[in-house]
Amino acid sequence: MAESASESRAFRHRLNRIYGRYTLGFIAFIAVIAGFEQMGMARRWIGVIFLLATVALYAVIGIISRTTDPVEYYVAGRRVPAMYNGMATAADWMSAASFIGLAGTLYLQGYAGLAYVMGWTGGYVLVALLLAPYLRKFGQFTIPDFLGERYGNGAPRLIGLLAAILCSFIYLVAQIYGVGLITTQLTGVDFVLGIFLGLGGVLLCSFLGGMRAVTWTQVAQYIILVIAYLVPVIWLAVKQTGVPIPQFAAGQQLERVAERERLLLHDPTEIEVQARFQALADEYERKLKDVPAALAKERAEAQRRSQALKAANAPLREIQAADKALAALPRTEAQARELWTREIAANHARAAPLAGMAPHAQQFAGDPQGSAAQRRVYEESRRNFVALVFCLIVGTAALPHILMRSYTTPSVRQARESVAWTLFFILLLYLTAPTLAVLAKAEVFNSLVGLPFDRLPSWVSSWSRVDSSLISVVDINHDGILQLGEIRIGGDLIVLATPEIAGLPYVITGMVAAGGLAAALSTADGLLLTISNALSHDLYFKMIGSSEARATRRVTISKVLLLVAALTAAGVAAQRPADILFLVTAAFSIAASAFFPALVLGIFWSRANKWGALAGMVSGLAVTLYYLVRNEPWLRGAFRVSAPIDLWWGILPVSSGAFGVPLGFAMCVTVSLLTPAPAASTARFVRELRQPGAAP
Amino acid sequence: MPDPTSDADLHARWRACLALTAGLMAIGGGVTFGVAWFARALDARLLGWPFSFWVAAQGAPVLYLALVCIYARAMRRLDERHGIDEDA
Repeated sequence: MAESASESRAFRHRLNRIYGRYTLGFIAFIAVIAGFEQMGMARRWIGVIFLLATVALYAVIGIISRTTDPVEYYVAGRRVPAMYNGMATAADWMSAASFIGLAGTLYLQGYAGLAYVMGWTGGYVLVALLLAPYLRKFGQFTIPDFLGERYGNGAPRLIGLLAAILCSFIYLVAQIYGVGLITTQLTGVDFVLGIFLGLGGVLLCSFLGGMRAVTWTQVAQYIILVIAYLVPVIWLAVKQTGVPIPQFAAGQQLERVAERERLLLHDPTEIEVQARFQALADEYERKLKDVPAALAKERAEAQRRSQALKAANAPLREIQAADKALAALPRTEAQARELWTREIAANHARAAPLAGMAPHAQQFAGDPQGSAAQRRVYEESRRNFVALVFCLIVGTAALPHILMRSYTTPSVRQARESVAWTLFFILLLYLTAPTLAVLAKAEVFNSLVGLPFDRLPSWVSSWSRVDSSLISVVDINHDGILQLGEIRIGGDLIVLATPEIAGLPYVITGMVAAGGLAAALSTADGLLLTISNALSHDLYFKMIGSSEARATRRVTISKVLLLVAALTAAGVAAQRPADILFLVTAAFSIAASAFFPALVLGIFWSRANKWGALAGMVSGLAVTLYYLVRNEPWLRGAFRVSAPIDLWWGILPVSSGAFGVPLGFAMCVTVSLLTPAPAASTARFVRELRQPGAAP
Repeated sequence: MPDPTSDADLHARWRACLALTAGLMAIGGGVTFGVAWFARALDARLLGWPFSFWVAAQGAPVLYLALVCIYARAMRRLDERHGIDEDA
């Protein structure tokens, strides 16, 4: 598929021209909407315009790039230049979790959240050095393809495709869920309707044009999402410090945050607020001791209050409020127990110093010089941090929808360069997120805490109206002043509210939401392709054995399966499954333990054989899944696990890949050595993988 | 120019590639896990950031980019030296 040098240069120039104009067009579009806002257009309409305009844009790109040619459909014709492939991979990679979630996690967790920054960037070193160039040289269509050719077409390919579908599907549900959330927040439409609106955009694009349409759409989406992320943060940095480069501004702000934290820890009003929340938690604790009596008492009290109001001819509003409170009481004892247990946990969390957040720059919990208990907390916290970094790094290098992008470049050399571009484009956002967390914290600590309740900035009330889990404030000690302990912030708020915190017009908020939507949609596109290709290409054509089937028919079947996968994922997302964020992180552990050992050994160790690969994949996957199901509360419930939680060395279930990956390597090596060496053709296959350009 | 198809030459190229890969991986792994493990001790201030915090937030990701770029460049040189030209 190599093109002549002048032809590919001309193609690159054309792309530069098209996307250059597109970027200018996007900026002009923002300016026009800003003009409308000045003339008094309602916020809701701005949201609707952003939503419809961007989804329509992606659909148009999909229609323009429609194709039925398999090389175009599966790998975009293998002629995407390194830089554009990097941009598309970056958009493929950065999901709603990166765009909206990451800065919020860093805000809430401080240093602990940096495991995500290191893990999600460090993985690309493994992709670049260990996998991408060799997969490109291999030059087929999917990751199970590689396992099938290297280890044999039966079981290795089948396990590969099952694992690819499992982790991609989990990830896809989370993206569609994210699409639903953003559309609801942006336009106020119903959650399920939001899901299907977004899905329409995804489908038009990947359905008609496969990888070709998805690649060119992802480039467009990357441009939107990076502008949307950087502009408000730069503005905020200038507002706070006068320095337009947030990465430099943040160092100075981090010192101020640390100073403020020391003051807040000893502030008497903060301590009073914490005591109030502790008292509430204790109150629920008391109720829980005798649930029937406590419930009866609450009911009687609520009834008395309602009757007293009616008897006193109180205003209708107050009577209605009292009736509503009565109706909201738990109906059964089981409900009451569940609700009160939740309340205890919630109030307990808010009774912690600094609103439950560790000092921002503090590495790990506990104290290495403290009591035995503190030393143990410290050791476990450090071990978990390192294990999570490991799982995220290896998982990043094993996610099929990312590895698949190595197939779309014109040559091995460009595959290597493409990873460098990918990492560069990802870093633009990932180096900004920790900075944004610090700037947002400085703003909350210095400008928000200590304000009288009647002078709070308008973004506080507007976002708590959109969703009270994003931000809520309560004057629990009735002093009329906002304490840090009285603010409850959900991580997603940080990115969504930054434009308003920085004092930018609402149009920028619309742009940020459109950026989040672009992040979720672009990832959903890549995942959908991975799933449908695994089913149509690997299962149907390579395994069930109609590899002779006509090329266009193959693509048609892919498209049908893509539709099925999308609708199934939307159906699952519409149920609003609990703990979706946890499952996404767990997908990294699953991918890492299923793919990484077999892929890497398949390239670097020609002695690895079919039995070794099978043993490695199955044992790694099995131990990871076992550890997850055994120890994660939500999965324990879903699978009705009654055995007690059993953590090994205190490692949390989310990092279960820390056991699966080493076990996978060990099993693959041991079993390979115990069984006969692979055939001579395998040695030739591996040798060819390692030689770019040599005739295959 | 050496003959790109000779076994000895291919072997030499692969050995150089392995050495490069191992070296870059050792640097990346050492910085990532070394600084993370001793994060509490590496707390000296750097432009306002505690050192280990800065490494995790900015230093390590920039290092990763550098490693990937060095690899792409060095491999291109290696291919040129061994007469491999994919665009031909």
